[in-house]
Amino acid sequence: MNAQLQPTGSAYFIERETAKPEAHTLSVLVDNEPGVLARVIGLFSGRGYNIDSLTVSETEHEKHLSRITIVTRGTPHVLEQIKHQLERIVPVHRVVDLTVVARERGQDRPLERELALVKVAGTGDNRVEALRLADAFRASVIDANTEHFIFEITGRVSKIEQFIAIMKPLGLIEVCRTGVAALNRGADGM
Amino acid sequence: MNKAHVETGRREMTGAEMVVQALIDNGVEHIFGYPGGAVLPIYDELFQQEQVQHILVRHEQGAGHAAEGYARSTGKAGVMLVTSGPGATNAVTPLQDALMDSIPLVCITGQVPTSLIGSDAFQECDTVGITRPCTKHNWLVKDVNELAGILHEAFQVATTGRPGPVVVDIPKDIQFSRGMYTPPQTAPRSSYRPKLEGDLEQIRAAVELMASAKRPIIYSGGGVINSGPEASHLLRELVELTGFPITSTLMGLGAYPASGPRWLGMLGMHGTYEANMAMHDCDVMVCIGARFDDRITGRLNAFSPHSRKIHIDIDPSSINKNVRTEVPIIGDVGRVLEDMVRLWRAGARADKAALRPWWEQIERWRARDSLAYKPNDDIIMPQYAIQRLYALTKDRDTYITTEVGQHQMWAAQHYGFEKPNRWMTSGGLGTMGYGLPAALGVQIAHPDALVIDIAGDASVQMTIQEMSCAVQYEAPIKIFILNNQYMGMVRQWQQLLHGNRLSHSYTEAMPDFVKLAEAYGGHGIRCEKPGDLDDAIQEMIDVRKPVIFDCRVANLANCFPMIPSGKAHNEMLLPDEATDEAVANAIDARGRMLV
Repeated sequence: MNAQLQPTGSAYFIERETAKPEAHTLSVLVDNEPGVLARVIGLFSGRGYNIDSLTVSETEHEKHLSRITIVTRGTPHVLEQIKHQLERIVPVHRVVDLTVVARERGQDRPLERELALVKVAGTGDNRVEALRLADAFRASVIDANTEHFIFEITGRVSKIEQFIAIMKPLGLIEVCRTGVAALNRGADGM
Repeated sequence: MNKAHVETGRREMTGAEMVVQALIDNGVEHIFGYPGGAVLPIYDELFQQEQVQHILVRHEQGAGHAAEGYARSTGKAGVMLVTSGPGATNAVTPLQDALMDSIPLVCITGQVPTSLIGSDAFQECDTVGITRPCTKHNWLVKDVNELAGILHEAFQVATTGRPGPVVVDIPKDIQFSRGMYTPPQTAPRSSYRPKLEGDLEQIRAAVELMASAKRPIIYSGGGVINSGPEASHLLRELVELTGFPITSTLMGLGAYPASGPRWLGMLGMHGTYEANMAMHDCDVMVCIGARFDDRITGRLNAFSPHSRKIHIDIDPSSINKNVRTEVPIIGDVGRVLEDMVRLWRAGARADKAALRPWWEQIERWRARDSLAYKPNDDIIMPQYAIQRLYALTKDRDTYITTEVGQHQMWAAQHYGFEKPNRWMTSGGLGTMGYGLPAALGVQIAHPDALVIDIAGDASVQMTIQEMSCAVQYEAPIKIFILNNQYMGMVRQWQQLLHGNRLSHSYTEAMPDFVKLAEAYGGHGIRCEKPGDLDDAIQEMIDVRKPVIFDCRVANLANCFPMIPSGKAHNEMLLPDEATDEAVANAIDARGRMLV
């Protein structure tokens, strides 16, 4: 076992994992019924798993199916447990670790996109600079007056974070992000 | 009104009528419950029929444990009915208990009317929110036309796959309103399809690995019991065919008979020396319906270091959760064992030449006699009490339940279980107060059987009020209290871990259990001398009434053998080595952090 006994702080036989935690994107297909999101989130908090990002919306209206996309972090052992624990939830149809699938296909990671709304206020040079950078990032202006812009930007998480960082000194007021939506490349579904 | 002859097809009725009809259609004969404002319509329907018998408990926790005992002794779902708010919150302990021990339990709760939900109404609580993490699934019914389907689904979810507790929360207005009742349907929802058949290739690989084993062991658990009597039968067949030694978890006792030639006794923290040593030294481990719980494994990184492991479990999340397995088989234990036995018969042979020295080694471990204790002529040793209880009840139709603590471990060690479904104990959650109501539930299911709750003086007081229920229903349960005036297991740990500072583990004001029994309308017996014990136990058996047996035992006896916290299977503390000094130093600084 690549684990060792933790010397302090716990009431049970807690072992320290020496395997490196990694971020994975899970796609969870669920019946769209009351409480289903609470079951998923409760599982994560109850068992001490991490959620980096979570998105949920009904995706197949006539079948009442929703798709939950979760970016989580853990060792391979924990990630396997997360998948199995999610599958135990009665309204859960399928759980696919998109990251694992992508790797099996020789890809680095699944297709992941996020949308952010970014409000920037300012005048003069900052305002011009903000608009110029937004253009470079292919962010579009969806609201503006003489004192502010709201940009809509879509892209990989890293791109959005970069954009937000750049906007900070230019008068960033607030940000709203959707969390990651993800699919695997190729013709077949989950 | 004659509802008994109502046909089970679709028809219009009230929500409350649907509840009773769904119980009948799902084969329920007994339910355990406690009325209250939010379930009055259902109680009114119960009043007007005779097919479902309602057992009135004295506390909702008692209803839950009684239903658990009922379920575990029959293999059917246990059913409880409680009101909203405090009724539901009192049900939480048995729900979690049933979740951890995989007991099929259907809990129906009343809820405030739909229009008042969220208004902090009288006796309102977020029942589905509170019970979400302690159930396999739960439902809040918002449309009377969905009620019947939800109730049938609740029974299906509770009893299939890995069994567990479910909650159906029914607002009062739904109970009053009329809708269409639909009979149970066989097709489960598409997202819930437990995998029952094991992968044949994996089973073949397991059989090959078993045939090549030099030092094999079978480690079975509660999953064998849950899978039904046929699974226990197949387990016995497999043991006989292979000649492998077998040990079992607390929950699995009785699946293989304690009198069987291959039996090593229970394993784990208070398991036998031979079972734990064999687990540590084995080269092939066959885990059947058990889950590598921390009470079983001891220190994980020293757990059975030289073995390759086969793990049969119906729950994929049990595989590789705590311990890595080389051959995982996901499926119902009974189905998998059927294939395994068939494949073994088709040509596999155990390595008899290797098994002989392995058994010789096991016999040397067994000769250490790890369950030994010093007999005493003046004071009843708790182990002796269990042994006499066993001797005097083993030839009867006996069911044993327990509370949680030293008495529970002594019962597991010294009472011999020959059949499945005869042993009801709270394993995973460790719920003090489980045994008395569980015994009540067992007795309701088996009115003519001898049902004994082996109890501790502290645990039994947590649900002692159910004596009143036992008297009301003339359920002649026997509460056999090993009374040592202490919370014995807590005291033992304080001795081991905390310099024998016995902080709040001594009960200074103990009730007079004999008078207490009489006050409830039962029969009380006190026994203080080993010489009087047999006659007293016989009296307990013969009285056709609920009995509280106050068995005064040695106050400071410790439960051995024991794997101290943070230690491995081969570092057991044995009774003959447990000097005061050894006990004081058994657990090092690291182990002190562990429970």
